Amino acid sequence: MRKILITLLFLLFGTSAFADCNIKSGSINILANDFPALRTFVETSKQCKGSADFKVTHSSEHNKIAVPALTANPSEFSARIAANSSIVPLMNQDLIRPLDDLVKKYGKGIQDSQLITIDGKVMAVAFMANTQHLYYREDVLKDLGIAIPKTYEEVVAASEKIRASGKMQYPYAAAYKAGWNLAEEFVNMFIGHGGEFFKSGSAQPNINNAKGVATLNMLKKLSELSNPDYLTHDSEAIKVEWESGNVALMTLWASRSGTLLDDEGDPNITKATKLTGPATVGGGNIPAATLWWDGFTLAKNRPDADAEATFRALAHAASNKKMVADASDQAVWLVEGFVPGPKSIGVIEAVKMGAKPYPMLPQMGLMHGALGSEIVEFLQGKETAEQALKDVEAAYISKAKEQGFL
Amino acid sequence: MPNKTFFWFFLPTGLAMILFIGLPIISTGIQSFYAQHDQIVKEVKKCDPFGCTVSIVVDNEETSKIREVKPLGKFNGFGTYTDRNHLAVDEIKKFWNETESFGAFVDQVTNLPFYKALIFTLTYCLFVTPNVLLLGFIIALSLNAVARKIRGPLIFGTILPMIVTPLVGSLVLFWMIDSQGIIGANIQNLMNDPYLSLKSSKTLTWITIIIYGIWHHSPFAFVVFYAALQTVPQEPIEAAIIDGASRIQRIKHIVLPHIYPVVTFVALISLMDNFRVFEPIIGFSAEGSAQSLSWLIYDNLVNEEVILFGSAAATSMMTIIGIAILLAPVLIRTWKEFKTAR
Repeated sequence: MRKILITLLFLLFGTSAFADCNIKSGSINILANDFPALRTFVETSKQCKGSADFKVTHSSEHNKIAVPALTANPSEFSARIAANSSIVPLMNQDLIRPLDDLVKKYGKGIQDSQLITIDGKVMAVAFMANTQHLYYREDVLKDLGIAIPKTYEEVVAASEKIRASGKMQYPYAAAYKAGWNLAEEFVNMFIGHGGEFFKSGSAQPNINNAKGVATLNMLKKLSELSNPDYLTHDSEAIKVEWESGNVALMTLWASRSGTLLDDEGDPNITKATKLTGPATVGGGNIPAATLWWDGFTLAKNRPDADAEATFRALAHAASNKKMVADASDQAVWLVEGFVPGPKSIGVIEAVKMGAKPYPMLPQMGLMHGALGSEIVEFLQGKETAEQALKDVEAAYISKAKEQGFL
Repeated sequence: MPNKTFFWFFLPTGLAMILFIGLPIISTGIQSFYAQHDQIVKEVKKCDPFGCTVSIVVDNEETSKIREVKPLGKFNGFGTYTDRNHLAVDEIKKFWNETESFGAFVDQVTNLPFYKALIFTLTYCLFVTPNVLLLGFIIALSLNAVARKIRGPLIFGTILPMIVTPLVGSLVLFWMIDSQGIIGANIQNLMNDPYLSLKSSKTLTWITIIIYGIWHHSPFAFVVFYAALQTVPQEPIEAAIIDGASRIQRIKHIVLPHIYPVVTFVALISLMDNFRVFEPIIGFSAEGSAQSLSWLIYDNLVNEEVILFGSAAATSMMTIIGIAILLAPVLIRTWKEFKTAR
């Protein structure tokens, strides 16, 4: 925790971080998600490619491609930009290589806090942090004399007040699209209630309890204050809702703030859009949010020459002070030299408040998948919270048995 | 055609079918009987920018040893087929013993993912197929009756829904029924209910997808029926007109019996297509309210970070069996007719 604060707040020292860009051979092929900060990152690494081949695939479907593409030998990609959750399937299948030797040889400008180590081995190098936090419309809250909400209970009260005033019909928005997004909201809220997804030391589910019920009830309250189409809304859709002025309070990714606050759209809404930390819930003191890192991993099934070339190019970006200075509003960079701007408030607040990282467990993906489809009927009012949680656990157990976790 | 000629004529197609359809199905079938090996996990220290924790990872060294010996995984027999996410045999027995009324039992069963998907898939088939046949036939009859001059453009206009890519077609409709879209907003006005949303209600989502299905599939039935109508002999129709038969009587007694084999064909193809309904669910982002068998397969393969090959394979096999069961009555009938015709 202190490490990240130091990373984020104390900066600027250290020697010049320019990687040696004298790459002579090898080929580089990167698979990455598609949002502005990652494009900047990959572009920066391209400057260092030397005479190596350089290819990149930016795709929001990256999760679907990653495992099959890295399983092939030689694998299609030499590097995969992953996050807390997406590194897990790669680890489960043993598809990425340890980076210790390369870090020692070429990782001069990379800070220790950027290294993701598992069992003492460096498996990834992180370069940015992300979380979901609150956005609010300053003008609307001021008009109605509402204080900036700090808890989800206050978010509900504020939204009800806004609705009662007749200003907005659906004042709250969050990405509740059935599937991954909805499950992510459950994960956040459950962690905010102090929940643990698995019985300690095992893969047995542990969500059908009072904390799980409280989580579902809060999600339901919030969904009732959202656009009735909420089950079809992903991050992009609620961003559009916000930009058309239909929403006054929203939970959204920090990495989306860049495009939310750009020059496109109504300047009055953009001006009144303010960021604050994630909310807590149910009297808890840690935020109902998860911390995420984005970092690069190298494919195991690729020759050493490719791994070396790829690492050098990506390390160049992961230690690039110029990049983080130029693109300081695109992300919360974990790279040395980053000065947090107003758009980084959400992540910094989350870290200060002691937010937990998204659980990096081998079976978490199965739980996430089960949540995404089984809690829908509760939100639609067709099921009790207990029944929904029972369904999630049952669905998870079947899947975990098939995968050999139980 | 002599059998020998037929054999050589059919050989290339047959080989391609075995190679590209038969073998993959067999491989899927084998896969469905296997599950992953028991995961060997170990506790390790994990550090990231947010701090260090002790937690578990899969022990790759140990796992790869087991995998080398048995690459297919652990033999699971019908375990995957009968688990809760598929046929849920144990759960159904339990519900049967525990529930008081038949209604409560049905409620419990339809809450299971496989049966939920099966019910949507069957509902979709049962509503879309007959309507597609009916609508296609009516359009074909009407177009057959209009002046030849304007027939060309009309036919083109009619088959447009089939030309539009299913995903694009459903996305266009998806935006139109949004609570701020042209259809959605007008329905809200009409019903005088600002909270009405076509996308949030399960029933309305089902109706939307079914209407979309009819819209999308009718042109196929129309094209085939229209072609068949061109082969109806004129003499019996003229004779019937002289005998004073009405238009409906002519269709019922002359046209329909003539194109009957074609109707069977369209019904077969439609049923097969509809049983595999998938694109509209993605296009309408309707995963929450409507899941089909094909969607379950997709979900197992791509929607999770851990791919469930066994589950997906088992659902695929059951989809194939489902199609076979649905088609059986029509196929048996065709076979019988074929026998009597000889």
